[in-house]
Amino acid sequence: MTTVGQEQEQEQPTRPALEMVGVRKVYKMGDEEVVALDHATLMIGADEVVALLGPSGSGKTTLCSIAGGLLAPTAGSVVVGGQDITGYNAKRLAKFRQETVGFVFQSVNLVPFLTARENLLVVDQLGRRTGKAARDRADQLLEELGLADRRDNLPSQLSGGQRQRVAIGRSLMNEPLLVLFDEPTSALDTELGEQVMELIRTEMKSRGTAAVVVTHDERIVHYTDRTMHIVDGVLHA
Amino acid sequence: MRIAWLELRRRPSRFVTATAILALLATLLMLLGGLLDGLLSGSTSAVAAQRGDLLVFSSTAEKSFVRSRIPPVQRATVAQVPGVAEVGGIGVAQLAARVPGKGPRDLADVALFGYELAPKGVPSPPGPGEAYADSSLERKGVRTGVTIEVGPARTPVKIVGTVNGLSYSDQGTLWSSADTWRMTINANLPEAGVGPGVFQALVVRVDPGADATAVAGRIDRATGGATESLTVSNAVDAIPGVSQQRSTFNQIIGVTVVIAVVVVALFFALLTVERTVLYGVLKALGATSGTLFGGVVLQGVVVTAIATAVGAGIALLLAAVIPPGTIPYTLLASRVLSSSLFLLFAAIFGCVFSLRRVLRIDPASAIGGGQ
Ligand SMILES: Nc1ncnc2c1ncn2[C@@H]1O[C@H](COP(=O)(O)OP(=O)(O)O)[C@@H](O)[C@H]1O
Ligand SMILES: [Mg+2]
Repeated sequence: MTTVGQEQEQEQPTRPALEMVGVRKVYKMGDEEVVALDHATLMIGADEVVALLGPSGSGKTTLCSIAGGLLAPTAGSVVVGGQDITGYNAKRLAKFRQETVGFVFQSVNLVPFLTARENLLVVDQLGRRTGKAARDRADQLLEELGLADRRDNLPSQLSGGQRQRVAIGRSLMNEPLLVLFDEPTSALDTELGEQVMELIRTEMKSRGTAAVVVTHDERIVHYTDRTMHIVDGVLHA
Repeated sequence: MRIAWLELRRRPSRFVTATAILALLATLLMLLGGLLDGLLSGSTSAVAAQRGDLLVFSSTAEKSFVRSRIPPVQRATVAQVPGVAEVGGIGVAQLAARVPGKGPRDLADVALFGYELAPKGVPSPPGPGEAYADSSLERKGVRTGVTIEVGPARTPVKIVGTVNGLSYSDQGTLWSSADTWRMTINANLPEAGVGPGVFQALVVRVDPGADATAVAGRIDRATGGATESLTVSNAVDAIPGVSQQRSTFNQIIGVTVVIAVVVVALFFALLTVERTVLYGVLKALGATSGTLFGGVVLQGVVVTAIATAVGAGIALLLAAVIPPGTIPYTLLASRVLSSSLFLLFAAIFGCVFSLRRVLRIDPASAIGGGQ
């Protein structure tokens, strides 16, 4: 193959997972305005795992929420996998979230009356409704995450680390381009936290999926390709 | 939707209280309806069973049989009115009857009708001195083959058959020929003075396709205002106490439905508040407010449907257990159906109060919780 051919082959996968340009977010609370994010410009490659490090209240969650289409920015543009979601209304954002991104929330928030497997299948029921394919995918993910023998357990019958792994499985159910982890290890002890980070890295790298891992824990940066720092709503790459 | 369904199946205990309260309300609703229908049937079923479109009374009678007299001339006039297909005379005498084998004080209250056009469930008029008796009179010993003595004049009336579910003014009815009725009423209530060919009212059938109310107007104009013609259902409502009973019961039924709405609304509003975090997460995963609200409505409808079934079961059980003739309680299929529809409405309408809360839940609230 020639160099040109290789470049063409790489054309598709190298489309960035996330591009933000001049993103600003202002929260209005009565007369008071809080600038949570200012002039945020960043780019995350298609298979990059990036840490977003900053102290509490620095705007990490706000940035993740905007990147994942949970919040609309006050200004600036957001493009995820080539899809410009800046002007999307609530309905299109809901569809975008169904199809394109995965979330792992700080507090795990599984559906308490559904089993591990059913918690994964919720994503399919809310979205593509592929049925059998989704069940196979859920089983495969649970296997990979070491939860095969736990698939029929309710969240209350799982340990904290196991629940976090179910949440990771759930975030991967829709084959997302980008997974957003908001402090995925903050509720876990050091050892468990490291295991979960290892797992996140393996899962992302094996799929070539991009990820942003929000944290205020310096140790996490060992598991990521790159670290972005954020202080008072301002990004430092 | 599926999540809501699974929640119902996995956590039935959460819904037990609401289901129990709604089941009580459903029972109350059907009980009230059954009592109303029982009371109404006791006072109106004989009139409601008339196989005609109009009832014609004297205009001075205030829609009451007792005060009304239609002489043969007026009847002939009515029969001539365009749109009138058939005319039959009718009259009633409310009297007490002695029953053979019963003590002199153990009288049966009867409403003896004289008729020409057979009402629903009644054969054509029997021979002189004979009558068909409503089955509710059997408790009093009035059954086929027996000859009872009606009124103070002890007019003998032989029972030659039975009819079902026909009462008037809470009395069991007897159905006899016009002549037997006239003879009985004149013998026992001489002041009534019903002359030959005279009836208390007329049952009128209109031509197929004719507008009954228009025909009623023409009849009353033709008699120079001497008659007042009304539809059978209006005549039923004109029976003393009927519209009062109906409106009183309907008010209580209405209040019960409102309470059901409030129960559903409060219950699911509370559940929705409890589920704020869960709904936030599901919205973050791409659920729309419509999907989540659909789940709430599904649960509301299922809970109410179970409660309605339980209520209908209890109401049917009561209908089977209450001895006939004690409490006027008639459970009609149409009443069970209408009560169920009211409750279904209450379920959906009650859930609507949770809609605003579901809409307001912000998917962004799911992420980074606990800060
Ligand atoms: N919904 C909100 N309304 C008002 N202010 C908010 C809201 N969410 C976050 N903020 C404010 O925005 C800033 C950044 O918050 P956040 O993005 O949650 O930071 P982090 O996740 O880094 O702790 C903080 O000052 C916070 O108080
Ligand atoms: Mg945060």
